[in-house]
Amino acid sequence: MNVIKIIFKNSIRMITLLIAVAIASFILVTSSPIDPVQSYVREGVAVSAEQREEIANYWGLYNSPIERFENWGKNILNGDMGTSLIYRKPVSEVIGEKFQSSIILMSISWIISGILGFVLGVIMGVFESSKIDKFIRNICFIISSTPSFWIGMMFLIIFSVKLGWFPIGFSVPIGVSSDNITFSQKLYHAILPAITLSFSSFSNIALHTRAKITEIMKSNYILFAKARGESLFNIIKRHVLRNALIPAVTLQFASISEIFGGSILAEQVFSYPGLGQTAVDAGLRGDIPLLLGIALISSIFVFLGNIIANILYAVLDPKIREGAKYSE
Amino acid sequence: MKNIPEIEIENLSITFKIYEKGLIQKNIKTISNLCLKAYKGEILAVVGSSGSGKSLLAHAIMGILPKNATVTGSIKYKGSELTEKRIHNLRGKEICIIPQSVSYLDPLMKVGSQVMIKNNKSCFEKMRNAFKRYDLCENAEKLYPFQYSGGMARRALISTVEQTEPSVIIADEPTPGLDKQMAYKTMKYFRDFADKGKAVIIITHDIDIAVQYADKVSVFYGGTTLETTKAENFIKGEKYLCHPYTKALYNALPQNGFKPVEGFQPSPYDVFEGCIYYDRCDIRCEKCKENIPIYNFPDGSGFVRCINGY
Ligand SMILES: Nc1ncnc2c1ncn2[C@@H]1O[C@H](COP(=O)(O)OP(=O)(O)OP(=O)(O)O)[C@@H](O)[C@H]1O
Ligand code: SF4
Ligand SMILES: [Mg+2]
Repeated sequence: MNVIKIIFKNSIRMITLLIAVAIASFILVTSSPIDPVQSYVREGVAVSAEQREEIANYWGLYNSPIERFENWGKNILNGDMGTSLIYRKPVSEVIGEKFQSSIILMSISWIISGILGFVLGVIMGVFESSKIDKFIRNICFIISSTPSFWIGMMFLIIFSVKLGWFPIGFSVPIGVSSDNITFSQKLYHAILPAITLSFSSFSNIALHTRAKITEIMKSNYILFAKARGESLFNIIKRHVLRNALIPAVTLQFASISEIFGGSILAEQVFSYPGLGQTAVDAGLRGDIPLLLGIALISSIFVFLGNIIANILYAVLDPKIREGAKYSE
Repeated sequence: MKNIPEIEIENLSITFKIYEKGLIQKNIKTISNLCLKAYKGEILAVVGSSGSGKSLLAHAIMGILPKNATVTGSIKYKGSELTEKRIHNLRGKEICIIPQSVSYLDPLMKVGSQVMIKNNKSCFEKMRNAFKRYDLCENAEKLYPFQYSGGMARRALISTVEQTEPSVIIADEPTPGLDKQMAYKTMKYFRDFADKGKAVIIITHDIDIAVQYADKVSVFYGGTTLETTKAENFIKGEKYLCHPYTKALYNALPQNGFKPVEGFQPSPYDVFEGCIYYDRCDIRCEKCKENIPIYNFPDGSGFVRCINGY
């Protein structure tokens, strides 16, 4: 009942958000100084006035912005995101391809940062203000105030250049035809960027988890559990983890947006051809259809993360799951 | 040796280190020079106004005070010091607490399963029996604390002591929120428990019910005990009570005319010399501003902390 309501409510929200994103990015992109015709024919190539006229007519550049938006919107609704000017391929195909490499990168780092952050947070919280807590906390502070591209470069220098454990860049081995690339090779190329990426969010998760755990440890129900002679291990297992789970899950899914944002930088540093790098390319080279497509897809992606967080929250929290008397 | 108390507290003081306005550190003494004895086969009722330190006393015995609390004085169990390590091994087994409110239940755990200290058959049966006795139906086992009423939560908390076989029970206000019948049933349970040779400390505001079941009453005020006396003295009449505050409590009972006690209890933030009841006392004198000795009753049943008390 409740869960269905939440899904419904969030879907409505998502649709309105997407419309807003579409309009906003359309306005931004059409008012940018980049000449779409020039970027279509590539930089530096001379075009005669007639040719220019023809192309502009063909793309509908003389229509009013509202008409153009209508056209674009209609096509999007039919699943046609247009053609990428850089790749000369349908935008959906380009995004699909790039997304695949990005998703490997992002999911590895999402899992690493989630698990690492949670475990460290629990350790810090349970042993609040002990030496181990201070030690881990300082590390977290240092990491969260270090730019992730710098960490990425350090990793590259140490692990790829000096030690040679990992490849220097790209998502696949160079000079191997795409049919012969195995999943483990892709994984191998994704590890270093993924670790870099997870550095941008695990310390946040750890510090948030720590705050939640210290709050739990001070609660009356933990006091009572102690008074009943439950061992520390048992208290953590029976009460602490249970109560930390809901905020942790929410945090974890909310961190998707952070990971997504961070992936743009990480992909740049490692020349990893994923969605982030493609977005940068599309922006710099005026590939308007691709840029708009990526904007839409990434909003959907981030928003889905939030929806899942909300749904899990409802499923996990008995107050929402069973309590009809709590409406909001 | 009947005369060794199960729990014996002498000159207990609890001081909290708190930070005010940034980094100014302040020590506040919430409990000072508190004395209390709980004997086998007896119920000791601890009464006193809100904020007088009753829950803190219970938490001090159980060793669950917050980290910023410093404890001085002595707490003995069966004649020897109850060290941190010792209470660690004893709590939940020989010494049990029934805490004050629903917030002591894990909000995300079904009440039935958290009342059970271990997940096995005998704990389950003990839980079910206790629930039955306190009119909690089988369905109530499967509910979460937020689905409980205050009274139900209290009954579930009371049920927790039946999981083990303690020799001391400390109950922090077990009866408010319960209807008369249920309150009596609960007190009867404690009475039976005491009659089996165990010790019970009941913290309560309900002097009326308490004196019907308890053997002794200990009167708390501003973080210390002003008097410990036989419960029957509360029934016999005012002149059997010694401390002016105890008398005032007696006169505030409905059947004795509901006379309110004037004034306020001093806050632990005020530093005090001499009698803590000085401001509100009708019979105070200059000597009350000095240290007030404890006067033990000749029959050993209690004491009073007042120079004009006996
Ligand atoms: N963690 C703490 N830090 C500072 N002061 C505290 C702390 N816990 C309790 N106190 C103070 O100690 C005093 C006694 O509190 P306590 O909870 O023992 O009262 P009580 O007698 O149980 O009251 P009630 O009948 O309302 O339960 C109060 O003045 C309270 O402000
Ligand atoms: S010591 Fe003095 S002030 Fe205190 S209660 Fe007794 S008579 Fe009153
Ligand atoms: Mg209390």
